Amino acid sequence: MLIRPKAGILDPQGAAVQRALPALGFAGVENVHVGRLVELDVEDAAQLEAMCEKLLANPLVEDYEIILPE
Amino acid sequence: MKFGVLQFPGSCDEVDALAAARRVGDAELIWHGQRDLGGADAIIVPGGFSYGDYLRAGAIARFSAAMESVIEFADAGGLVLGICNGFQVLCEARLLPGALLPNANLRFTFRQVHLEVVAGETPFTCACPPGAMLSIPVKHSFGRYYADAATLQRIERSGQVVLRYGAGENFNGSLHDIAGVCNERGNVFGLMPHPEHAVEELIGGSSDGLLIFQSMRLAVEGARV
Repeated sequence: MLIRPKAGILDPQGAAVQRALPALGFAGVENVHVGRLVELDVEDAAQLEAMCEKLLANPLVEDYEIILPE
Repeated sequence: MKFGVLQFPGSCDEVDALAAARRVGDAELIWHGQRDLGGADAIIVPGGFSYGDYLRAGAIARFSAAMESVIEFADAGGLVLGICNGFQVLCEARLLPGALLPNANLRFTFRQVHLEVVAGETPFTCACPPGAMLSIPVKHSFGRYYADAATLQRIERSGQVVLRYGAGENFNGSLHDIAGVCNERGNVFGLMPHPEHAVEELIGGSSDGLLIFQSMRLAVEGARV
């Protein structure tokens, strides 16, 4: 599961990274956001959405995306 | 009047909360695994780093056995005060609107702040003189109050914004300078500053924090009469 700060909410962590990259010579960097990745093995992938809603993400302030392996 | 103070693995301010509560009444600790609230008239969810604050501050504590009972207690109208990490836990439990995000300055910040009492009629502020400014310390990394625009409008209209950071004091980037909010019913209140650390002028230079605990006692005993 990829968990990201919702668009439009101040993301100071992303902003700090965005300021740091040009200082290292990486030009043209915009819209940096820092989220988190939760990896797990589970038998029934149908549970993942409820896991995100209930615990892994805070839907008030974060969006999540469920990525299943090929 | 008896306060119950929750204690999670990783709590660190439960002892000060207990001592502050004992200045106005009786108080006992309630271990997080305990379902029984011991007949408390009011509950304090204290500061600290419950369950290490892994994942998100307060996210795991919210599912503890004691919190299940606190949610029922709040639903029945009982007074619940959440301080700092306790505020985060109450937001995660959806007992309070909004969420607490990383400070805009990305730093753990410890300082004395001045707070404007915006709502002086709540069970948590009714002992404050009208128009009071409180001097209380804050110490946190995740204190930036956020709620979406519709929620902010609703809580402003319904008088749920209880405390605001004074002019120039909003170091964490909280929307609308919000330092403390209550639920719609007014029986659950959370704040980032630590009133339990401001109960003795000799130590903290201010005893303004006592007003919060005194207010709760007034509210509980007033309701009894």
